[in-house]
Order: sequence, then C-alpha cells, then structure tokens
Amino acid sequence: MIYLQLFWTFFKIGLFTFGGGYAMIPLISQEVVGLNWLTEAQLINYIGISEATPGPFAINIATFVGATQGGFLGAVCSTLGVVLPSFIVILLVASIFRHFEENKFVKGALRGINPVVYALIIGTGVVLLVKNFWTNAFDFSATPDFDYISLIIAAVVVAGSLVFKKVKGKNLSAIWIIVFGAVAGMVLYSI
Amino acid sequence: MEKTFKNYLNLFWTWFKIGICTFGGGYAMIAIIQERLVEKKKWTTDEELSKIIAVAESTPGPIAINSATYIGYKLLGVLGSVCATFGVVLPSFIVIFVISLFFDNLLEYTLIANAFKGIQAAVAALILIAGCRMFKKAKKDALCITVFVAVLAATVAIKVFGVNFSSLFLILGGAVVGIFSVLVPRKKTEPSSPPDESNETDDESQEVRK
Repeated sequence: MIYLQLFWTFFKIGLFTFGGGYAMIPLISQEVVGLNWLTEAQLINYIGISEATPGPFAINIATFVGATQGGFLGAVCSTLGVVLPSFIVILLVASIFRHFEENKFVKGALRGINPVVYALIIGTGVVLLVKNFWTNAFDFSATPDFDYISLIIAAVVVAGSLVFKKVKGKNLSAIWIIVFGAVAGMVLYSI
Repeated sequence: MEKTFKNYLNLFWTWFKIGICTFGGGYAMIAIIQERLVEKKKWTTDEELSKIIAVAESTPGPIAINSATYIGYKLLGVLGSVCATFGVVLPSFIVIFVISLFFDNLLEYTLIANAFKGIQAAVAALILIAGCRMFKKAKKDALCITVFVAVLAATVAIKVFGVNFSSLFLILGGAVVGIFSVLVPRKKTEPSSPPDESNETDDESQEVRK
C-alpha cells in the first residue's frame, strides 16, 4: 500500500516539524532515503526545485516525492499527509486552546525542541557538504574522490550570502543561490 | 464575514494568490500576507497576525499552512479553514506535479545534469546557512547550547556511522527536556543546570542503545 505509506510517512513528517521548511529536511531525508524511495542526490535536486518554485517548501517536497512514488494519487496522499497535522492542530488552537502559545509547558517544550531543530539542520548541512566534496565520503572501504568544483560553488554561496547580508542588511534570497548553483554547475562541470 | 458561497470562493482565491506569490520559506510569506490580508482586505489586524505567527511557531507545520488555517477559521469557520488551506496548497501542488512528470527525462541532458550538480552544492550550503541563521537568532542559554551541541554531535555520528536512528526521537527528547526545565525550580546561582545534566545522560544513553 504505497498510498497509505506515503500518507503516513508525510503525516509523521508534518507532525514533527517545528520552525519552517528547513526543519523538515533532516526528517525527510531520513524517512525517504531510508525507505529507498529516493537517493540523497535526487532529494537534493528536489530541494533545489522547491526553492525555485512557488509555495511552501514542505508542500513542494511532499508533492514531489508522492508524485515520483505513486503518481497523481501518491502526490495527493503525501501532500494531504503533510498538511493534515498542522491543519488539525491549528483548528484546535483557534477553537479550543485560546492561549496556547502562552502556555508554559508549550513554551518549555519549544525551548527544548528549537535547539534540536537548529542542530539537525546544521548537522544535515555539514554532512551534505562533506558528501558533495568527497564522493564516497562515508564509505570507509573506498578511496574518496575530491570534487573541487562543488567546494568552489559552496564557498562562493557562503561568502556571497555573508557579503550580501553585510552590504544590504537583509538575507540573500534562496532563488538567487539556486540560480547561481545551476549556472556555475553548467559552466564549471562542462568545461 | 457572512457564510456565503462567494465569500468562501473569495477566501480560497485570496490564499491561492498568496500561494503563487511565495518563493522559498514561510517568512517570505508573512510580508505578503500582511500586505494582502491586513492592508488590502482588512480581514485581520497586525496584532492578530503577530499572534498567528507566534502560534505558527509553537505548532508543527509550515507557517503558510498554519496561518491559512487559522485566518480561514476565524473568518468563516471550519469550512473557511478548509478553503484557505486548500487555496494556499494548490498552486505549489500543481506546479510541482507538472515538473515531476518530466523531471527525470530532463536529467538525461548533460548540461542540465551538470546544472543540478551545481545546485546540489548550492543547496547543501543553503541548508547550512539557514540553520546558522536560525541558531544565531535563538536565545542562547545553557539549556539551548547543551541540547544544541549534544544533538549536533549525535546527528553527525548517526550519519558517519550509518546508524538507523530517527530524528523524531531527538525532537521528542528535546521537548521532554524543555518541559522538564520548566517543572524543575531553578536555583539562582546555577540556572537550569539540572535539566542540562539529565539531557546529556539521556542523549548518551540513547546513543548506547543504538
């Protein structure tokens, strides 16, 4: 039952993501790569597309994975799954628990959850970068190949967004980073 | 707002347009929601919007969905929340579904495959940057730093050694530690030190169990 599995997997993902789209990546990568639905490289391609298309990132990824695994109905199931937890919780908050966000246990739980989420995101970013630089990075039996082009691209992205923040005082939009990655990849890997 | 078909449709259409206009993350959406719903439609106020953002941050799920559901419910009840949520989801669903139909064929062209190799490096850097930005904005007390360091070490160890351990448990563990820190009365000299220690042992025992 791929449809039920898609729905349930993304329901879990939707239920446990606090703090926006990026918080979803570590969980999605574990669940989706763990179930052999996608390879890590495919997932990152989808993340790139999600950043360059409209709509919340979580929905984009859910739709993408669902569509590749179960066609149209699969996309519906996974999207419904990822939306439903927040829909139900918000309905409860809006109708019953009026002062939910001021509750001290809610605040307490978030005090613990937030640093976990930051660490998960940063940890995922670091691991992905290492895997980009050295193919077979975590396969200890193979000799890793160093991909210096991806190092250049990642370094320019990090430096560029730091400089942009300093000069303009706001964050560089993710779309421009994706566009840069695409152009740099086309040029540098093709020559 | 009256519960007429026209108003439901209006709610759906307004959120559909918001869904089309937002690229990237939820925070980009807040500016658009503010402009459309507070200034143009006057469906909600700035105060209520900031309350909604606070609720969205303390509940699971993307901010876009949370705010659509909340505002939809406030305006037109449960059916209103369905219309607004459906509206905000639909544009990205359609766009991504169409892309998914021909995406794998696209990668057969070397130039496009190379573009995506570049995108992969950029996305990895982007994730790292996003995480660092979020951490920078956080209030960094002892609890926060301890949990952060423990989980970061655990995440990298899990990846490097290829252990199968879901981050769901890390998130749940974080919630438990956080609630515990509220329950335990704090000493003035050493704020929140008991939960810190319990977290470290907790995390180590989790690692051992794996």
